[in-house]
Amino acid sequence: MGATIIEKIIRRNTGLPEVKAGDIVTVQVDRVMIHDIFIPFVADKFEEMGFTRLWDPDKVVLIYDHLVPASQVDDTRHFRVGNAFAEKYGMTHVHRSDGICHQLMPEAGYVKPGNVVFGTDSHTTTYGCVGAFSSGIGYTEMAGILGTGTLWIRIPPTIRVNINGTLPENVTSKDVILRLIGDLGADGATYQALEFAGDTIESMSLASRMTMANMAIEGGAKCALFTPDEKTAEFCGISLTEAETSLVGDPDAEYVRVLNYRAEDFVPVMACPSQVDNIHPVAELAGTKIDQVFIGSCTNGRLEDLMCAARILKGKKVAPFVKLIVTPASRKIYREALANGTMKTLQEAGAIITHPGCGLCCGRTGGILTDGERVVATNNRNFLGRMGTSKVEIYLASPATAAVCAIAGEIVVP
Amino acid sequence: MGTIFRFHTDVDTDQIIASQYLLYPTIDEMKEHTFESLDPEFAGKVKPGDYVVAAENFGCGSSREQAPAVLKALGVKAVLAKSFARIFYRNAINIGLPVIVCRDLYDHVKDGDEMELLLEEGLVRTGGNEYTCTKLPAQMQKILDQGGLIASLDREVE
Repeated sequence: MGATIIEKIIRRNTGLPEVKAGDIVTVQVDRVMIHDIFIPFVADKFEEMGFTRLWDPDKVVLIYDHLVPASQVDDTRHFRVGNAFAEKYGMTHVHRSDGICHQLMPEAGYVKPGNVVFGTDSHTTTYGCVGAFSSGIGYTEMAGILGTGTLWIRIPPTIRVNINGTLPENVTSKDVILRLIGDLGADGATYQALEFAGDTIESMSLASRMTMANMAIEGGAKCALFTPDEKTAEFCGISLTEAETSLVGDPDAEYVRVLNYRAEDFVPVMACPSQVDNIHPVAELAGTKIDQVFIGSCTNGRLEDLMCAARILKGKKVAPFVKLIVTPASRKIYREALANGTMKTLQEAGAIITHPGCGLCCGRTGGILTDGERVVATNNRNFLGRMGTSKVEIYLASPATAAVCAIAGEIVVP
Repeated sequence: MGTIFRFHTDVDTDQIIASQYLLYPTIDEMKEHTFESLDPEFAGKVKPGDYVVAAENFGCGSSREQAPAVLKALGVKAVLAKSFARIFYRNAINIGLPVIVCRDLYDHVKDGDEMELLLEEGLVRTGGNEYTCTKLPAQMQKILDQGGLIASLDREVE
């Protein structure tokens, strides 16, 4: 009997060659990520549990991103607590303004294919883009890992998603994952892994795969997995060996569901207020007036996303009364977008460019909206009250769709 | 007996406790804003020993452990839903808040009904009827029995 990718990763991690979906096992954790919102709670619980040392300081990464730079006086407490905790326990991997956690973890080399990684954030599923098992947990469990280096998990059954063919022009991996979430429903993959395969997936960039892995949680998934290939190896700075290429779902592996898509059938779509699985073709929504456009976040703040928007905005102007806010996902991406002229193009079109961080996406820093306003945004959640008051309408879309909407001042098809 | 507060399907963690309140230093300060966008009166009305009953996918969205923590701090005795989102479910068990899958309850009760939960037996009594609940996996029941993950890890250390 063959195995799914998640079964292979867990077997390797635990040294238990027979375990399969549904089994409860204790994994050895390769890396953890804690961000600024939850570090005070993790620190409290860690000491409450009576631990006096981290199981391995080299495996712990602390990232300030939700609150950078501080927008309220109380935010600074999180930095003070984080800094004190890092110093007391000898942590060296602390990023204080380098970008969004889910971009930095793979970008800075903290996550490699086959790793088992946990983070205090639901979008930790992102690292499945390189073939790692990664998932979000709460702060009490994180404190437990910091002391023990282990966590018990139930090996999730897998939904296999095959996509073959060529995506139409201006249809991106964001449209693909939104459509999939719409088809699955917000809880369609709860407790399960999503495994992606097919030649459409193989031809995607790492950045595009990241967008899909990032949003797996919006279908309830525990993790998302992509088989590592040459692009993965280049991105991770490793040479591709059998250890990586063997992380592939076997033809005779047991899947709870297999979904097959033709790439040519995808169209630009949006997640309409206020559920991520409320998916409609952009064409159905055309003409809806908008007040703001946001291009950024751990979902779509990468160089290819900014370049896609810049291609559309080149020589054009953002509509009067519409604010276009662009946030690169990391300092490295910001630098690259400056160097290749992307930022200049966006700026000349009228974009407001902000520092890398999570601020807008979680309604914390800048770009707040009020009752009756509408925003087209490239992030991953359109929940009530997420980007301002509970009467803001959030439409989630790809960077291509977001860019054309910014020019038109209303929803239009890219 | 406790009072039922009944919520819909796909209640997300932003609806349980919104992002802006996560910066409050204590759960006690946060708890006043529980379910604020759905029912601004909730924190004032709920009494220790009351229950939250919901449909599918309760607690979807972010990993914030404050979501089960504010419910526990308000004295909610248990959350009973048709199904739960994964991270919320683990977080609730880890802090010692019973989360119980009860497929039939939601469709037969309304907001304000009184109910009784027999946790050991996995039974709910309300309106003269009994409803059977799904048992927790053994690993989770063990953590819950010991009062949450902190107590459970303490036990292992001993």
